Amino acid sequence: MSLTRILASAVMALGLAGTALAEDKTKVGFIYVGPIGDGGWTYEHDQGRLAVEEHFGDKVETVFQESVPEGADAERAITQMALQGADLIFTTSFGYMDSTINVASKFPDVKFEHATGFKTADNVSVYSARFYEGRAIQGHIAGKMTKSNVIGYIASFPIPEVIRGINAAYIHAKAVNPDVEFKVIWVYTWFDPPKEADAATALIDQGADVILQHTDSTAPQAAAEKAGVISFGQASDMAEYAPLPRVSSIIDNWAPYYIARTQAVIDGSWESTETWDGIAPGMVEIGAISDAVPAAIKAEALAMKDLIASGQYHPFTGPLNKQDGTPWLAEGEVADDGTLLGMDFYVEGLTAEIPQ
Amino acid sequence: MDLSSINPTLLLASLIVASTPILLAALGELVVERAGVLNLGVEGMMITGAICGFAIAVNTGSPFVGFIAAALGGAALALLFAILTQLALANQVASGLALTLFGLGLSALLGQGYQGIKPPPTANIKIPVLSDLPVLGPVLFSHDLMVYLALALVATVWFVLNRTRAGLILRAVGENHGAAHALGYKVIRIRILAILFGGACAGLGGAYLSLVRVPQWTEGMTAGSGWIALALVVFASWKAGRVLLGAWLFGGISVLQLNLQAAGVAIPVEYLSMSPYLITILVLVIMSADKSRAPASLGRTFHASD
Repeated sequence: MSLTRILASAVMALGLAGTALAEDKTKVGFIYVGPIGDGGWTYEHDQGRLAVEEHFGDKVETVFQESVPEGADAERAITQMALQGADLIFTTSFGYMDSTINVASKFPDVKFEHATGFKTADNVSVYSARFYEGRAIQGHIAGKMTKSNVIGYIASFPIPEVIRGINAAYIHAKAVNPDVEFKVIWVYTWFDPPKEADAATALIDQGADVILQHTDSTAPQAAAEKAGVISFGQASDMAEYAPLPRVSSIIDNWAPYYIARTQAVIDGSWESTETWDGIAPGMVEIGAISDAVPAAIKAEALAMKDLIASGQYHPFTGPLNKQDGTPWLAEGEVADDGTLLGMDFYVEGLTAEIPQ
Repeated sequence: MDLSSINPTLLLASLIVASTPILLAALGELVVERAGVLNLGVEGMMITGAICGFAIAVNTGSPFVGFIAAALGGAALALLFAILTQLALANQVASGLALTLFGLGLSALLGQGYQGIKPPPTANIKIPVLSDLPVLGPVLFSHDLMVYLALALVATVWFVLNRTRAGLILRAVGENHGAAHALGYKVIRIRILAILFGGACAGLGGAYLSLVRVPQWTEGMTAGSGWIALALVVFASWKAGRVLLGAWLFGGISVLQLNLQAAGVAIPVEYLSMSPYLITILVLVIMSADKSRAPASLGRTFHASD
């Protein structure tokens, strides 16, 4: 695959080399892990990019490259974008972390923004959303809705963000349904529709009647629809699968952040920051809960959303033990962001092991 | 660990579904390569077939018409490759890679507006008596037409290549195009036909993804299946039977490892994840210890003046 990508970007580079001359426009670049039409993660980042274009009009020019593999090839793609004269580059997947830091050290005048990572530099900010707040609400609905008490979870890579999501969903499913069991499949990809569909089918074959996904395409929705089980939209509303199988969703709304950061570059006020916003500032949105969910459960879910938004409730509130039974949070204690950002353990009750 | 939660019948049935797309694409590429042409554009032809089949199936309401459109779409893209490499004598590797890029872009363009649409269901064929057999019924006799077509194609390709005059000529062209030409065979025409057949098969494989296995349209949804099919042809030593074995192994272990994960088997997930690739390659490499080799003219450009 990488050879084709190299050729693709070589063609792009040839085409764009001529336009890389200095100009007044602020140039904002985006590196995507999947195609913009994935219907999930990358789609929402691209919506953010379009919002930047609309907000600033002629003052800003945006460029993007889609389906950039995580790893060595990412460094080349980011370098390319910096060479094309981008003033601000958003790298929108966890696996771009080291590549972003490496390229940033070579282009001190270019500002970089890395999504979902934890490494910063003078010209590298990190930003992410507290998806786990949405996962808690999904877990609640899932725990109430499951009849087989088996919930299937399609996980991508064993990184803190994904583990946090599994924990948040499990804690809240378990709270309302003590018999609930989570089956987790790691597919080791963000975007591979056939594999995502196969994973969903395997989970359904093994008795799961609720499918949660942490991958980017809508393939698991199609598999859930075919099998007649329920699912949740991931990263994007995936409303085309409502009211069934998709009963609700987590929507990532990056537009306000992208506009604010672009404005900061235009104003010259850009500084390296760490942003981690949740439901309250609107970075995480909960997609409409469909009528397939009974009104009472819907009301509970919305009440939880309000409590999280107002800061009265934190999805990781003790008493909580780690998987091996060691105490993690005491009664009423709330998890600190440091632990959450580096989360590498399951909470008590989850049976599988996290791949190392 | 709870192996009892794995239903072997369902597992075997999904194995067949999971392996059909790469089986179709690999069979087509096998014929192309046996004719001495290396077409690296399988991924591009697959995804073009995926969207052509999807769009036409949605618009006509008939998956059958969709599959025909997919075959035509894949063949149309292959025709481009044939013109470039056989008539304009362009480099096959570069043309194939370009075809993949072109196919990915073209399909994204054609697919605008088809996201989130549900395709008409492809009916499973009920075979009296056979479909009702315990275990065997659901595993072998309750699939859609394309599964049987793919299996019939394996037999046909094997038969034509090894037992007919047409197959002999095709292999002759692939082994020594100079000699075939001297004997009066139309090397270019035979190769173009093989390339078109390969494109049609890749298109069918792609449409099987978008109409049956996933079933939906998403940009880039083949996600490397075409490359797997290409590798499969090589590891299967250009033999139809081994392509089938390889496709089943790969599809089967892919599905099995997901099921093992869901069942919580105490094998590290990393090993499970790499197992489809490792085991398929291992088995086929061991099998190719006999004197199998690539067609001698594979990838070489032919011009009658040579």
